[in-house]
Amino acid sequence: MTPEFPAIRLRGATIGYGDVPIVRNVDLTIAAGEAVAVLGSNGSGKTTLSRGLLGLATMLDGDMQVLGAPVGRLRERGRVGYVPQRHSISGAVPATVREAVAVGRLARLGLFRPLGAADRRAVADAVAAVGLGDRLDDKVAALSGGQQRRVLVARALAAEPELLIMDEPTAGVDAASQEALAGTLATISASGTTLVVVTHESAPLAGVLTRAVVVDHGRVAYDGPLSEAGHHDEHLHHHPPEREPAGYRLDQPTVTPRSATTRER
Amino acid sequence: MGLLDYDFMQRALLASLMVGLVAPAVGVFLVQRRLSLLGDGLGHVALTGVAVGVLTATSPVWTALVAAVLGAVLIELVRARGRTSGDVALAVLFYGGIAGGVVLLSLAPRGQATNLDSYLFGAITTTSREDVVVFAGISVVVLLVVALLGQRLYAVSDDEEYARAVGLPVLGLNVVLAALVASTVVLSMRVVGLLLISALMILPSAIAQLLARSFRETVLLACLIGVLVSVSGTATSFYTGTPSGGTIVLLAIGLFLLVTSAVALRESTARRRHRRRVDVHDAHPHEHGAACGHPPVPHGDHVDYDHDGHLHAPHRTGRGVHYDEHGEHPVPAPPNR
Repeated sequence: MTPEFPAIRLRGATIGYGDVPIVRNVDLTIAAGEAVAVLGSNGSGKTTLSRGLLGLATMLDGDMQVLGAPVGRLRERGRVGYVPQRHSISGAVPATVREAVAVGRLARLGLFRPLGAADRRAVADAVAAVGLGDRLDDKVAALSGGQQRRVLVARALAAEPELLIMDEPTAGVDAASQEALAGTLATISASGTTLVVVTHESAPLAGVLTRAVVVDHGRVAYDGPLSEAGHHDEHLHHHPPEREPAGYRLDQPTVTPRSATTRER
Repeated sequence: MGLLDYDFMQRALLASLMVGLVAPAVGVFLVQRRLSLLGDGLGHVALTGVAVGVLTATSPVWTALVAAVLGAVLIELVRARGRTSGDVALAVLFYGGIAGGVVLLSLAPRGQATNLDSYLFGAITTTSREDVVVFAGISVVVLLVVALLGQRLYAVSDDEEYARAVGLPVLGLNVVLAALVASTVVLSMRVVGLLLISALMILPSAIAQLLARSFRETVLLACLIGVLVSVSGTATSFYTGTPSGGTIVLLAIGLFLLVTSAVALRESTARRRHRRRVDVHDAHPHEHGAACGHPPVPHGDHVDYDHDGHLHAPHRTGRGVHYDEHGEHPVPAPPNR
């Protein structure tokens, strides 16, 4: 059954922080089940765009609907999954993979309902889906950087989202984990989940993502098949991006040292 | 006469049992949130509450509770507005709380018992029967809330932005946590003291996280450690005549140093043993790679190299790469999984 509303619909949307607009006047419709790459250099506004969809950045003007409801008014937020751009998820206190992923399931349960048997099964399934089924009760801190990123993906999958928004899931991840991620995404995309992947390198996921939206200087510069986005990507390479964090560049090899990467706002 | 023959000691030990159990159960979330000093700030604010209680001749426990909870809600709202950094907000709370408390207490009429020291550092003789009842109520409420909302509090403390993105009520949960901290601060004001309570929230959790393998285990172990140091510290202060708060905290710090060095010792022994075992391969003639002729063999989360029938796993350290022995390689190579 195809839902009657698109997964994402932006009309003249201007998104920013405080009262500073970063992304201006964006029109964008993403149908349910699409697999879309949001491309652009650092500082282009692609991350702000995705954060706007999650209600983490402010919509300053226009109209923005996610899963048929205005952002912030969506009742069951568990329907939207989010994989933040984070290179490790080990906090100060030790936690197991199971505990870290269970957080993702909470979104479906409201404020007081505890995890039931079905929820625990969904958590285990999500961990298995990213290929870490044998590490469920290991400490997250004991995993490699790439594996920790897969835990972040599992956390989002645990809610069985209809729409999955990911921020740079392949940056700084080893080749094995990139392959595992591509496989996982292919599976969930085939099951009808809408994918929006914010990235500066579409190559590792080129087999999964079909459409590209290129953001440049806060505007959509290209929207079409990913295979034909190359020219626009090229254009970006020659444009020195503004406000680029040190050591985090487009032309950098896929595997970047963890310390050298900085969170993009 | 023994320890338990004194009524005041019975009450002090009961209070220390409760605070030992409750403080770490709340403190773990503060450590996770990297907001260890929040307890300190609220302890300072509680002093102003105490002073108001002394001045108005009401029970200082109640006025301290009101002041600390108000302070807690205020600081979370300030943090959420984002205008002032949490750091500065905490600092203002620190100074304002202590300054207000000291100035107000100095206004108390002469002859009234205003032993500042006992509020700041704890004293075993001060816990009244009424206090024990109030403390029991606070303990039950705090532990119930932690049991009910623990997983959500963990989620918000662990990754606030993610929690917000998936629709958890972040501000509400933060206010709840701050209110729990405020209640715990008041719970501690007799035995541990307002200046030292933070230590009993943070140290047991710091010790537990060195030993535990999961968040749940950390919480349970921290509570156990909290009860242990709190009760034994209170008992010790009976014999040594020292302030109970200081005694408890010194015990906790002693335990922390002991466990830290034990863990460090264990790690360095393991490292030395590891180095001895891999000595042979420190001087490996080449770095294994695509072209070295030794076939790569996927092994769990990494790739080993088949070196004449045994597996070499690259192990990068600060001094370069060496190869760990990962056992015999059964021939022929099994497919990955």
